[in-house]
Amino acid sequence: MRLIVPLQGVVQGRGGIILGSIIPCALFYFLQFYLKRHRSLPPTNPTLPSTSSGNLSELQRCSSRTNLLPRGSTVRVRVSARASSIAKPNDSPYYIGLDRVREDPYDEMSNPDGLSLDMIEKWLSENLSISMLGLRGDGLGISGIATYQPMDGLMELKVVMAGFMTEVMGRTVSFDPSQVVLTSGATPALEILSFCLADQGNAFLVPAPYYPGFDRDMKWRTGVELIPVHCRSCDNFTWSITALEQAYNQARKRGQKVRGILISNPSNPVGNLLNKDMLYDLLDFARDVNIHIISDEIYAGSTYGNEEFVSMAEIVDSEDADKDRVHIIYGMSKDFSVPGFRVGVLYSFNENVLAASRKLSRFSSVSTPTQQLLVSVLSDTNFTREYIKTNKQRIRSMYNLFVAGLRELGLECTKSNAGLYSWVDMSRLISPYSEKGELDLWDNLFNIAKINVTPGSACHCIEPGWFRFCFTTLNEKEIPIVVDRIRKVVERCKPPV
Amino acid sequence: MKNPKKNISSTTGGGAAAGMRVIVPLQGVVQGRGGLFFGSVIPCALFYFLQLYLRRRSDPAPPPDTEPENSSGTLQRVQSRSSLPSPRGSSGPAQVSSRANSVVKQGADGPYYLGLKRVEEDPYHQLDNPGGVIQLGLAENRLVLDLVEEWLSDSAKELSISGITTYHPFDGLIELKIAAAGFMSQVIEGPHLFNPEQIVLTAGATPAIEMLIFSLADPGNAFLVPAPYSPDLDGDVKWRTGVEIIPVPCRSADNFSLSITSLDRAFNQAKKRGVKIRGIILSNPSNPVGILYNRETLYDLMDFATEKNIHIISNELFIGSTNGSDKFVSMAEIIETEDFDRIRVHIVYGLSNDLSLPGLRIALIYTFNEHVLSASKKLARFSSVSVPTQHLLISMLSDTKFVRQTIEVSRERLQRMRNEFVNGLKELGIECVNSCGGFICWADMSSLIKSYSEKGELDLWDKLLNNAKINALPGSPCHCVEPGWFGLCFTTLSEGDIPLVIQRVRGVSETCRSPS
Repeated sequence: MRLIVPLQGVVQGRGGIILGSIIPCALFYFLQFYLKRHRSLPPTNPTLPSTSSGNLSELQRCSSRTNLLPRGSTVRVRVSARASSIAKPNDSPYYIGLDRVREDPYDEMSNPDGLSLDMIEKWLSENLSISMLGLRGDGLGISGIATYQPMDGLMELKVVMAGFMTEVMGRTVSFDPSQVVLTSGATPALEILSFCLADQGNAFLVPAPYYPGFDRDMKWRTGVELIPVHCRSCDNFTWSITALEQAYNQARKRGQKVRGILISNPSNPVGNLLNKDMLYDLLDFARDVNIHIISDEIYAGSTYGNEEFVSMAEIVDSEDADKDRVHIIYGMSKDFSVPGFRVGVLYSFNENVLAASRKLSRFSSVSTPTQQLLVSVLSDTNFTREYIKTNKQRIRSMYNLFVAGLRELGLECTKSNAGLYSWVDMSRLISPYSEKGELDLWDNLFNIAKINVTPGSACHCIEPGWFRFCFTTLNEKEIPIVVDRIRKVVERCKPPV
Repeated sequence: MKNPKKNISSTTGGGAAAGMRVIVPLQGVVQGRGGLFFGSVIPCALFYFLQLYLRRRSDPAPPPDTEPENSSGTLQRVQSRSSLPSPRGSSGPAQVSSRANSVVKQGADGPYYLGLKRVEEDPYHQLDNPGGVIQLGLAENRLVLDLVEEWLSDSAKELSISGITTYHPFDGLIELKIAAAGFMSQVIEGPHLFNPEQIVLTAGATPAIEMLIFSLADPGNAFLVPAPYSPDLDGDVKWRTGVEIIPVPCRSADNFSLSITSLDRAFNQAKKRGVKIRGIILSNPSNPVGILYNRETLYDLMDFATEKNIHIISNELFIGSTNGSDKFVSMAEIIETEDFDRIRVHIVYGLSNDLSLPGLRIALIYTFNEHVLSASKKLARFSSVSVPTQHLLISMLSDTKFVRQTIEVSRERLQRMRNEFVNGLKELGIECVNSCGGFICWADMSSLIKSYSEKGELDLWDKLLNNAKINALPGSPCHCVEPGWFGLCFTTLSEGDIPLVIQRVRGVSETCRSPS
């Protein structure tokens, strides 16, 4: 009563409703504040702040320490919440598969290395040490590779890289070296873009099925979310602007701020090429809702169909406005068969993004000998032209062989035009028609057929039963072997007639 | 009953009838039904929703709300788009994130980055550009470049191409981890053996430090760092992680050595402010001062960390650079010899600085903490070392004879250069800290600055840069509390350059000392 009466008195008499509202509100506010501060303290907080332990252990240091420090090793020192979630063992079949193959390798069909690796190796065997160490004389020389160089890459490499990208993407648009930022692979390039374009808690729209690595590259350390926009087999898994708009509006209703769209073109895992109309529509949509476009064009040189590849750079080339919202990712790991070199490109038209990316590239820089090596290789334009042509031819013939082999088994793929993989429909082989059925089939393929393929659920595909088969690590003789192995599993799964 | 009403109406200043309509029922509630409970809850609820509303509003303005509309026509696409601007119009430039903006602004105008830029534009070269800016502000070692060059041109022809193009574990080839473990044991010259399985290789010390910060701290947490420290650490620790650094000043009176009392004080002050300290970051040899921490100090540090239940990150990037009387003691040794909790110590080693090859961009994290190790292995994909470079380094580090000779020669040359440089500065009346490690002379130029403050220090830095054409590292970006201290890296100079540098500094010191 002692408390209530004066308070009531305040409300009734002196000050009136103003004090009667303000005091409870102030109390409430401080309560919120107090709760917020104390929420962040973990439960295992040591409580004795003794400052005298240093003096105690002057003499006989060895024995006294173990006796006098009671807490010793009983209190576990804590790691961050982010580390705990990252360090958790892999639960996605994509990663589990990769790990298991590493233990027992053969027929690795899920991690595409290049078909034309032999050409690269031949060039390297003739030129490696000279070009890497700059001993040829046109490079920086040893002191060049030894000293600190710009974190975002040597200018010479940017120049030849821009030239290579122009060549590989069909010479329809030319890339500007000053807009190139080099990183140690496309993985950090994606992460850097994610940091630059979105703040914690923001989101990107991503047409699904998508590359499983996006979940890791875009989300782990950045605090950014990915919202899948599901595509269907009846549309050949191409996205539509309507679906994107719907997803965007739903996100807004939920209070999630969408910062951009992440597309892969050629798409991974389906292998579609996006045509000009779709890309123009995408740019219009992005302009209307004021968001960015990240275009992952890492498979741009791995086309084999009749359609031509169109880069986002070409789309904004013909328009004067709005280049600022387009950003392109490229790398040497797929088209050029050198994933071990760890070279990726972040290409942007936005000066702010470039400025921030150049600074952030210090966390993911390419080592200078590798840069020098690449400068040599990419400057040899005869070699690169020959390589690009041969690579496409080989991918095409391998694709044809592989698809024919699968067709014998009654398995159909989507009609794809690019990429190092096929998107195969195995839905009639799974029972039940669900993610569980799909994972059972994946298991069988792994254990019985001893092949590792990527199931659609790892790619966030909404229709169960689709699998990604990469065929570029095989040679022609191996395809019948692989088809035979798959046949074993197919026959097992066929319902009894 | 009437009195309160009259009071209310007078305090609300003759409230209009409408106002009374709200107040009276509310007052009724307070007085009669429900009492104090409702009289508090309702205003609080209103207040809470007001807060929520304000918070929502303070988010950057959402784009204009419009309906979808099909783009006009597929024929003559180019013309129609430009002539029929979408009725919504362009809704503004695409925004970059606020964290990108803050990264761009960081230190863009500070002396550290400005100095580096000036050297880039006008670098000194003995023959080609003798009037250029001499770089003394970046801790880089070129002393044994000639030996390394020789090795490379002899041995590099045997570099094999097998396996250098394909995917390999992102945290580094096991062969390189083994070679690195051997290298470190060799350089430290102790009986200590390093376990290759506790190693994660990264593309330089910068990502190694960032990965450790991500693994050990959440956004809003902080690390204690003895100051002065390398300006790069601000970027490495803070840019993307959301983690803060709390500098713990060390004083020239203590020869800039670590004081547990100051650490304790800083820890308690942070606690009072509600900031959670997750660990301590120290460099050993310290950068930029160059002192070595002795065994006692490191034991005290371990005691402190154990007591407060925090981590220790030890940057041991320059272990091959120690010379002089003091022996280097690594944290790896400390946690071996005593019954300490190994899982709270994490060490970063540089593989390239001691061999004059910082351009290789390769460093490693050494930790016994399984969580941190596992998280770092996964994060290594964002900063992996390219395989050709790994192969090169495997060859080099496995040639133990070459490594031994090179480290010996490096230490010798370091000592000689340091002595010459320090003596030269002494002639000018400039004293340096007596340090045994690192590539930098930490020099006291406070007698040369006009006003004993940061501004005076920056004026002197400016004079050194523009008049003497020397880029020195001033103490303020290193968070040194005492103005006037400068870091001068002497390991990119050749012996013949030292007199030139001393002469240029003399020029400035004479102008500073002369009565104005």
